Amino acid sequence: MTASTSPQRSGTDRLPFTDTPLPGVDPAWSTVLTVASTAPVEPVAGRRRRWHVLDNGDAIAASGRTPQGIVLAVHGNPTWSYLWRDVLRAAQEAERPWRVVAVDQLDMGFSERTGLFRRLTDRVQDLGDLTAALGIDTAGLPVVTLAHDWGGLISQGWAQEHPAIHAATVLTNTAMHHDNAEPIPSALRLALNRAVHAPLTSGSTAFLDTTLALCDPAPSKAVKRAYKAPYTSRERREGVEHFVADIPAPEEHPSHAAYERIAGRMSAREVPTLLLWGTGDPVFQQRYLDDLLRRAPHADVHRFEGARHLLPEARDIATPLLTWLDEHVGDAEPVVASHREQRARGRGEFVPFFAELDARRRDDSPAVVDMGPVAQTVDGSAPSLNVERSVSWRQLSADVDRLAVALLRTGVRPGDRVNLMVPPGSLLTTLIYACLRIGAVIVVADQGLGRKGLTRALRGSSPRWFIGIRKALVGARALGWPGTRIAADAMDPVSKKLLGVSHTVAELMDSVTTVAPAEIPAVDPDAEAAVLFTSGSTGPAKGVVYTHRQMAGMRDTIRDTYGLRAGTGLVAGFAPFALLGPALGAASVTPDMDVTSPKTLTARALAEATMAIRASAVFASPAAIANVLATATELSPAERDALARVDLMLSAGAPIPEELLARLQELMPAAELHTPYGMTEALPLTDVSLDVIRAAREDAQRGVEGAGRGVCVGTPVEGAQLGVLPLRADGTVSSEIVSTPGVTGEIVARAPHAKDHYDRLWITERASDLTPGWHRTGDVGHFDARERLWYEGRLAHVITMPSGPVSSVAAEHAAQTVPGVGRVAVVGVGPTGSQSAVAVIETVPAASKPALADAELSERIRATVDFATGVPVSAVLVIPEQPTDIRHNSKIDRAVLSDWAERALATGKLSAL
Amino acid sequence: MSEQNTSPSRPGAGRHRAPEQHGDAAASRPEHDAGVPGAARIADPERGGATATEGVLDGAGRTVLVTGASGMLGGDVARVLLARNWRVRVFQRGHAAVAERKGVDEVLGSITDPEDVARALDGVDDVVHLAAKVSFTGDWDEFVRVNVTGTRVLLCQAQNAGVKNVVFVSSPSVAHAGVSIEGAGAEPANPETARGNYARSKAAAELLALSMDGQRDLKVAAVRPHIVWGPGDTQLVERVADRAAAGRMPNLDHGAAMIDTTYIDNASEGIVRALERIDVVHGRALVLTNGEPRPVGELIARMCRATGSEAPTRSIPGGVARLAGKVIETVWPHLPAKLRQGDGEPPMTEFLAEQLSTAHWFDQRETRELLDWTPSVSLDEGFSRLAAYYQDHPRPHQRTGSVSLDRVEDVADEQRARAEPSSVASDSENSNLSTDLQSVRSVE
Repeated sequence: MTASTSPQRSGTDRLPFTDTPLPGVDPAWSTVLTVASTAPVEPVAGRRRRWHVLDNGDAIAASGRTPQGIVLAVHGNPTWSYLWRDVLRAAQEAERPWRVVAVDQLDMGFSERTGLFRRLTDRVQDLGDLTAALGIDTAGLPVVTLAHDWGGLISQGWAQEHPAIHAATVLTNTAMHHDNAEPIPSALRLALNRAVHAPLTSGSTAFLDTTLALCDPAPSKAVKRAYKAPYTSRERREGVEHFVADIPAPEEHPSHAAYERIAGRMSAREVPTLLLWGTGDPVFQQRYLDDLLRRAPHADVHRFEGARHLLPEARDIATPLLTWLDEHVGDAEPVVASHREQRARGRGEFVPFFAELDARRRDDSPAVVDMGPVAQTVDGSAPSLNVERSVSWRQLSADVDRLAVALLRTGVRPGDRVNLMVPPGSLLTTLIYACLRIGAVIVVADQGLGRKGLTRALRGSSPRWFIGIRKALVGARALGWPGTRIAADAMDPVSKKLLGVSHTVAELMDSVTTVAPAEIPAVDPDAEAAVLFTSGSTGPAKGVVYTHRQMAGMRDTIRDTYGLRAGTGLVAGFAPFALLGPALGAASVTPDMDVTSPKTLTARALAEATMAIRASAVFASPAAIANVLATATELSPAERDALARVDLMLSAGAPIPEELLARLQELMPAAELHTPYGMTEALPLTDVSLDVIRAAREDAQRGVEGAGRGVCVGTPVEGAQLGVLPLRADGTVSSEIVSTPGVTGEIVARAPHAKDHYDRLWITERASDLTPGWHRTGDVGHFDARERLWYEGRLAHVITMPSGPVSSVAAEHAAQTVPGVGRVAVVGVGPTGSQSAVAVIETVPAASKPALADAELSERIRATVDFATGVPVSAVLVIPEQPTDIRHNSKIDRAVLSDWAERALATGKLSAL
Repeated sequence: MSEQNTSPSRPGAGRHRAPEQHGDAAASRPEHDAGVPGAARIADPERGGATATEGVLDGAGRTVLVTGASGMLGGDVARVLLARNWRVRVFQRGHAAVAERKGVDEVLGSITDPEDVARALDGVDDVVHLAAKVSFTGDWDEFVRVNVTGTRVLLCQAQNAGVKNVVFVSSPSVAHAGVSIEGAGAEPANPETARGNYARSKAAAELLALSMDGQRDLKVAAVRPHIVWGPGDTQLVERVADRAAAGRMPNLDHGAAMIDTTYIDNASEGIVRALERIDVVHGRALVLTNGEPRPVGELIARMCRATGSEAPTRSIPGGVARLAGKVIETVWPHLPAKLRQGDGEPPMTEFLAEQLSTAHWFDQRETRELLDWTPSVSLDEGFSRLAAYYQDHPRPHQRTGSVSLDRVEDVADEQRARAEPSSVASDSENSNLSTDLQSVRSVE
């Protein structure tokens, strides 16, 4: 947060122009100079104008250091150079300093009120006059433009006139161009309305107040006062009014030509570009970011989830900005680029993800089968299978080709993002493979993210196309999900119009009768293929981008690790793997279940799906397995036999307790039970079978080095390499990769099927690439002497106790063995290095409200955990139910819990969670 | 008298940790203190490393004066010193049980009387100063007299008597401003912000005591044990037990505030250890606890169980309790004696309410490193010993009941109007405090 990073030195944060204290400003930065103006608006050319700027150049020189370059920071309307105070300070204090010149534009901030209506052209000219006068043009240093709001266009105008020294562009919530096909944002429309324009902008501080309100978290009162300090009267606010009136959207506007010229030229010169974006800005919405990305497709982007218009005020942009500058303008090695060079690419030639479809063009056996609801038997006889739809390889392959061509003809281009909101089954399979075939990028956001998370994910990934079932289209219409809408179901013209649907899939398919192979372009192996989303159990869901090569890598890893040969039948009960069947050449069947809720899969539905294609492999989630076991008594003898013939069972998403697996083994006696470990960014990374889990447990009891303390997740899958970065006492990690038995650290992975990058999250991406060539998982674990990995929880959840850092999983497992205890989360409270461990537990039966555990239960849990792990538990708190993510219904939200526990134990009050 | 087996004190070193309020500390601060506080200070080779064994004071042939030895902690400190070969003298107003032990002699007198104190200090090498007015309520003047003036008298006379080392037993509440403390170290004492008369007077006394470190070869350290309890403890354990038995001990809020406590053996060992390690710890204040923080509700429940009383089942919001406490502190002295039953302490004071409804637990790393010591009795072991003791010494569990908790809340309501003016009329207290702070400064 901005406020906390600025030292509040009372008495030193004042400028001579105002009595209002300006927290965070060093008066030494404040510079006033007069500059001869060459702006066209000036009636007398060369009229000298008084400027105010904040400039840390002298302070850097005084410390005997030379800046690496100059950041020219241009504010928007109605802020002033105060917006950049944290950047000035951080750049000055950095080991490799940057001179930051933050200007107050004329008629704004503490610069002169010229009484003229300065338009875009004038302002670009003004800025040029100023940099010449300041000697920036001849300083022999690279200049980086940094801008917010309408400062964006002005700084770009300046950059285009100073190509020799302009080295990089950094933009925060701004707009380069407004596409007149779409109405401009309603907030600005209101401000532009003649009747309200003047009263809003200069007649009162309404425009200022509104702008300051577009900041989350809200600035302090003192900071708000500082923003308003230069705008105390109508006269002083005139610049605000003119600025708003100069928003040059319509063609007949006087600034329109200049605006078109600047926007048009932006893509002409490719300089390093960083876009830092608050996602909750009602004015500069996602489409302006999309527009910028069309003009600068090479830009690094970071979207700050939840930040609003005043991004530089609401988030720390100085730290990532300086890191980026060092790497892209300075001499530091760029972490992301170096990671891309060093990561694993897989051996052998690239075989497209969809290659098996071509190979099986003439195969009439089923490729994809959808099951209908399970039929009830009254008389105990074997029920007939309710197969809803069965598609042969021949038909699937033809459908995919036809749809691919139809999409191309409709305007879907390679690289276009296509959001698919269709439940798993044959239709989704056809859509996915058609998109991949033409190089369109599939965006797969499942409903497990919840309505809000889904909207956030979809807006952020900017799909150009939206293909969904009716329910999804209704959501798209209501929630404003982006993309040209295509209906997956057949639809009457009225509904189409109502839902804003331009095509239906059936129409598209029908429009293509024959497919010429040449019509479908070959895919670029290193182009984007898919955007998947993390579950959101570790913060807002992140988009994870895979290339075609990486998708092919995932297929090969699964095939080679589990020996899934073409011709196998598999039950696709787990979404991420559901799309793999056709790629593997395996027939796949989707069981009858509510896909949004994995725990709705019943034993009978699973058995019947297995019977439909004589499946030998089952993919399911942990929640689904729990329900299958719970409903196993409903199975008929034939269904039981079908499950008994399964020889591979794969469950991913979260670890499964051994006891649950043992019960599953009874149901599937012939099956090898595997629970791979991995994450949306790299799935799977390790594999473990029930046999290995049992052997590992025995090793832990025998005292094999490193065995125990966590969940055994087995050994790396084919193609993957794993290591750990050892934990330090303060909970950070060292940089050396080790696999020493018993040494706990952050798990790092190197695999050809690991993600390409996080979508529009440059800061997050860089953090995950800090060990170039490896993906930092954010998980902690250790190896044992038999090279098995033990997962110990999340790095962010490591408890830094006086005795050293402690991961939570082993303590949780121990606590769960105490009778009467349900799920447990062990979290840390207190400051780093001297934290206390607190067990937050569910009880059986569940408590009705949060409470302190009674002394006896506390003592039992404490003793059990201490015996098993040596972790001292200070307090035991009871809650009715652990907060978990929706998708897996299994990952406990520890961040929420530790905040809650910290509050409870500090104040003595147990609030509701 | 044998020679102290340590190196002579170094110039300036005594001011090392003198609180900044005390004038010239900065000017004479040695060079090596210029860096950041924390680990670097501990590792300073000049002061002896944390694990160095040289610099440990040997009690053999030395005489130590323990003030306030009639209390549980004072008596136990005397016992430990005796076991570590010190000749022990105890000093307090009335007879202390520990004085009956072989090797202990006793001087009776008042801590505020210079002549009594001089008599007690005759031939003494080291002092452990525990005598204090410990109460949740009472007259400010009385707190100042015993806690501040008493400390000044003792330290001045100690200097005159050629005493070498003083361990001042303080309380973490001297740095507790009423907000929660979670995993913090020993912050400087502050009489301005400390809550309640006891804590404020102890804060002033601690500052006074530490300001005398390094003067005329005197070494002074402060040890702040937090919530000391053990068998036979009338201050906390028996008060909790009796109140619980009488239905007067509520959990505040949900009893979830996490607090550190110190089992009696650990407190006395830690205090003696500070004397043994005086070369390393002088000039500093150290918080001392078991390092096993627990929710207050669980502690009270376990104390009740160990003493054979019922754990409190009802809870009242901390805010209500604080208000009630404030009112009661004001009206309690004026209540008829028949309402002020038992130990004469009111059922709930604002200070106590705060103590029981906000977290206060501490980072013990520095204390343990500096003392090169860890507590020997865990909480579990402590509760076992407590239970064993009360099996042999059962509490009489008759209900006294004239001021039950309901009654407390009634009183709070009735007296609110009357209490408010008097609760803000604390100017006289402040002037007293400032007078005393003046005197603290004049000692330097």
